[in-house]
Amino acid sequence: MERTTLLGRLTWQLGEVVATQVETARTKSLTIALPQWTGHRPGQHVDVRLTAEDGYQAERSYSIASAPGDQKQLTITVERLDDGEVSPYLVDELRVGDQMELRGPIGGYFVWEPSFGGPLFLVGGGSGIVPLMAMLRHRQASGSTIPTRLLYSSRSYEEIIYREELDHLSRSDATLEVSHTLTRVQPPDWIGYRRRIDQALLGEVAWPPEQHPLTYVCGPTQLVESVAAKLVALGYETARVKTERFGPTGGA
Amino acid sequence: MSNRFISRGFHGRRQESTLAGRIPPGQYLERGFPVLSAGPTPHTPLERWDFTLEGEVDQPKRWTWEAFRALPHEPVTADIHCVTKWSKLDTHWEGVSVDTLLAGIESVAEYVVAFCDGGYTTNLPLEAVTGGKAWVVYAYDGQPIAPEHGGPARLLVPQRYFWKSAKWVRGLRLVEEDEPGFWETLGYHNDGDPWKEQRYWGD
Amino acid sequence: MEHRLDGNAAAGALQEIFPFEMTTADATCAGCGQINVVGALVVYKHGMGTIVRCPSCDTALIRVAKTRGRYWLDVRGVRVLQIAVES
Repeated sequence: MERTTLLGRLTWQLGEVVATQVETARTKSLTIALPQWTGHRPGQHVDVRLTAEDGYQAERSYSIASAPGDQKQLTITVERLDDGEVSPYLVDELRVGDQMELRGPIGGYFVWEPSFGGPLFLVGGGSGIVPLMAMLRHRQASGSTIPTRLLYSSRSYEEIIYREELDHLSRSDATLEVSHTLTRVQPPDWIGYRRRIDQALLGEVAWPPEQHPLTYVCGPTQLVESVAAKLVALGYETARVKTERFGPTGGA
Repeated sequence: MSNRFISRGFHGRRQESTLAGRIPPGQYLERGFPVLSAGPTPHTPLERWDFTLEGEVDQPKRWTWEAFRALPHEPVTADIHCVTKWSKLDTHWEGVSVDTLLAGIESVAEYVVAFCDGGYTTNLPLEAVTGGKAWVVYAYDGQPIAPEHGGPARLLVPQRYFWKSAKWVRGLRLVEEDEPGFWETLGYHNDGDPWKEQRYWGD
Repeated sequence: MEHRLDGNAAAGALQEIFPFEMTTADATCAGCGQINVVGALVVYKHGMGTIVRCPSCDTALIRVAKTRGRYWLDVRGVRVLQIAVES
């Protein structure tokens, strides 16, 4: 079994938004400076807490998108949900200079570091790409050559989060392969997949089970459960398939 | 933090309400119908469903779905109040009054435990579910209650926080001594009267 | 529409209480005896509390709520917990 870590107490920290970046029409990355931040591992998340003037509070979890580094800051990428309570505020209202309450890092289970080995298979749907991106960014920053495949499902080309960065990563790294599938609408010259992830698609993209890959699946609950079940049907060991379900709406 | 931090410009999605008299303290008006899940949604087929009255009764009673639907039933319009602070006014249900279910029952019991598919339980004094204060309902807004909202049948006790309106209810057990249920044993108030704001143990 | 999440979703709540990383601990279900790493259990983030269930038999291994500044923790569903401490 994995060794556990002795942790410090989880306390709310006040951070300041130092940068924002639009990723797609509905997603935005927020970089937050936190003087008391102690660092994180790729795949971990933070809890964000918002407080209204009358004391009403709302809390949500967001995966950390940035790779671990030595700066006292981190980046989260938030998808605005139409009926969300927190995400519209984070995406539409929050500005550089605003403060926000965060606590973390949280979650030692859905974590990947080069020392865990591979080959590595990452499967993401929509905003599920966020913790996987932290893993890929860390992998690149640490110069790891562990063979890695990413399968990323998005509704359309415009909704691929980190599209250019993923292009660049895969073009400049022979040990990283990125496959996209667009499930709703595809551009005229699209040569990638054009359907929801099914057994056949996985069979073509996934590492052969005999290579004992380490797999991380993240995104809306339905996608995660479907992919996990299909990987097991392919012969993957359940103990080496880690899932992070974002819930029916993929987060709020 | 004693000097509470305020998130600039955050209001949440609560509705401003002018119906102050109908909203208990600390609640806000909700337009939707949130689903809170403590476990997987049960899907008991109606052929296997039954409702039982058991415990401190001279004769336990059991109804199959057909027999249950044949009982006298009535429409119920109620305001519902969840301890997580949302309230929904004028919700429309159809079901069987608990008084109808208890008719003819002789018991020295003073409390009931509602038990449900999936293992959920909640407890109430008998007098809180009699005298026209509680129903076992099977329709919401003219349609069968959806499984995620507690269908095929749930308890409805409008005068208590909504966690007492147990989803997927399968029966009532009459007991002489109170038996705190799923949330009542996890820090929530034993009675749960929203007008007295009895949310948590010790309130 | 299901509301199942993974054990990681309970990590924040558990980290408020336990001084070690709970999601990598192994828990034996008191209902069916199956051993799962806590990260692979099924979490329901009900607004009133967090319920952690066995993926095999749905038994609630861990129930936790925080009311009036007090944690209420029910671990009757855990027969035994194994935590490998770093050497």
